[in-house]
Amino acid sequence: MTADTPLIETIELKQHFPLRRGLFGGSNLVVRAVDGITIDIGRRSVLGLVGESGSGKSTFGRAVMGLETPTSGSLKFDGLDIARAGSEEMKAVRRRMQMVFQDPFSSLNPRMSVANTLSVPLRFHEPGLSRQARRDRAGEMLETVGLPARYIDRFPHEFSGGQRQRIGIARALMVRPDFIMADEVVSALDVSVQAQVLNLFAKLQREMQLTMLFITHDLAVVGHVSDHVAVMYLGRIVEIAPTRALFSEPHHPYTEALLSAAPTPEARDRKKRIVLEGDIPSAVNPPSGCPFRTRCPYALDACAEGVPVLREVGPGHRAACIRDDLMLAAATGT
Amino acid sequence: MSMNTAPPAMAAKERRWITSRPVRRFVRHRLAIAGLVMISAIALLCVVGPWMLPHGMLDIHIRDRFSPPGSETYLLGTDAMGRDLAARLFMAGRVSLMVGIAAMVLSTFLGAVIGLVAGYFGKVIGTVLMRFTDAVLCFPQIFLLLVLAAFLEPNALMITIIIALTSWMEIARIVSAEIRSLRERDFVTAARVSGASHTWIMFRELLPNTIGPIIVAATLTVARAILIEAYVSFLGYGIQPPLPSWGNMLNNAQQFLDTAPWLAIVPGVAITLAVTSFNFIGDGLRDALDARSDLQ
Repeated sequence: MTADTPLIETIELKQHFPLRRGLFGGSNLVVRAVDGITIDIGRRSVLGLVGESGSGKSTFGRAVMGLETPTSGSLKFDGLDIARAGSEEMKAVRRRMQMVFQDPFSSLNPRMSVANTLSVPLRFHEPGLSRQARRDRAGEMLETVGLPARYIDRFPHEFSGGQRQRIGIARALMVRPDFIMADEVVSALDVSVQAQVLNLFAKLQREMQLTMLFITHDLAVVGHVSDHVAVMYLGRIVEIAPTRALFSEPHHPYTEALLSAAPTPEARDRKKRIVLEGDIPSAVNPPSGCPFRTRCPYALDACAEGVPVLREVGPGHRAACIRDDLMLAAATGT
Repeated sequence: MSMNTAPPAMAAKERRWITSRPVRRFVRHRLAIAGLVMISAIALLCVVGPWMLPHGMLDIHIRDRFSPPGSETYLLGTDAMGRDLAARLFMAGRVSLMVGIAAMVLSTFLGAVIGLVAGYFGKVIGTVLMRFTDAVLCFPQIFLLLVLAAFLEPNALMITIIIALTSWMEIARIVSAEIRSLRERDFVTAARVSGASHTWIMFRELLPNTIGPIIVAATLTVARAILIEAYVSFLGYGIQPPLPSWGNMLNNAQQFLDTAPWLAIVPGVAITLAVTSFNFIGDGLRDALDARSDLQ
């Protein structure tokens, strides 16, 4: 594959979950967790995916990791269609994509030492390695993520949340993947530790030339690490842009609302805050037309007709809103 | 960046198992310790007892029949044929404890594997396995035992197998419930993403995390297996005389209840002590190991 094709490509990816009701599951209700996402993640770039709880961002991440079988649409990794890949090809792809989890407590096996935890990927992807070789690699990787190699025989309960998250990162990097899916990796950490872990991600991404999908609900986090940001609402992307452009010129009312809700350090710089009414609608029964129209301060009758498509509004900047007349305020400075 | 700060548990670096939290919790449980002491004593007596006594368990002293406990050389008296009750009790203890423990090992293994597979795969395999478990659970255990015992040759090995085959269900259910909650944890997804096989995930990631409940259930299973063996032998389908077991000693004793009550009391007390001790140990282990806080 040539260097300029994206590493990850999804086309109209949908992930629906049937709702089982009663003993015989006769209902045909479906949760539209991911409802048609078309996205590219370029090589060595970081795509931030933001959205509130229930927007489907984690489901999308799991689908990209091949942990769910998509209902429809296609997913390509380095040009290879995952749905059509044979088991040998799939195994190779598996090695190249790894994942870091949200909860540093549930993501490490409490009964396994760090050495064993880090060795698992090697056991299966590089079966030729000796026990000692695996151990050495694990020790090196611990150093890479900023932990002393002598911690290798410890168990998860002996570490703090931030340290555990570093171990989780080390595990993901053991097989030298090309792609990392990071799902809310700092949301369970203290703010001071968040910064350390984010810096670690930025450093590793640079040094190991990683492609990343960085899922979070926190705009400040996304601004820190991403090249591009996609905003997700109710299973769809409503806006996608280079990070700087998204922060300075949001084009979708939902992005604007998100930005205005983010805390800023200087109180007097604060723009008028847009408070969204109500909760995110149910993904079982989404609103007709634009999914955001039920909470959008600018909604028109026309918004109920047809799902708005993502349209180019600037270089690499696309938004799914029919209101071209809006002058949305940039919520943060610059 | 401050990764130089000490991790929380650095002080406890050289931690030994003897000072670990579950062990300390267990030691605090008085009854469990009493049970452990009692079982150790019973086991010791059963192992060395027969060599310390002057009479063998099969030696017949017809003139000394029905000697009450404490008479001459017969510590616990003699039975209808003048055999030394103490010698028989200890030998019976060997049989009963061996059957109980072997049945526990077998049924725990069976139950753990079935529960593990059922809990891990869920869906069709899990449902079929668990409904099968429920179905076996529906049979009254004692009748199942008696029917099986009537068809098979009643020796210690057969009894062990039969008991194991009728008592694995509880462990299967416990394990499958544990596994069903554990398999949703991120570390299982992490193992999958790492390319781990199903076997690896089941036996290396999941099973070690259920070891607490398994040990507790296994201990209680020993107690039950001893009781069941006693039942079945009492009814005459179990261990066959002249080989003694606590159950068939009771059987022999029933016709002399009014003239030589010690014949029933001695094995009865042994059964009670062994079973209660195992139950106490099980309770202690449950408190020590089941604590959710330990899993984190």
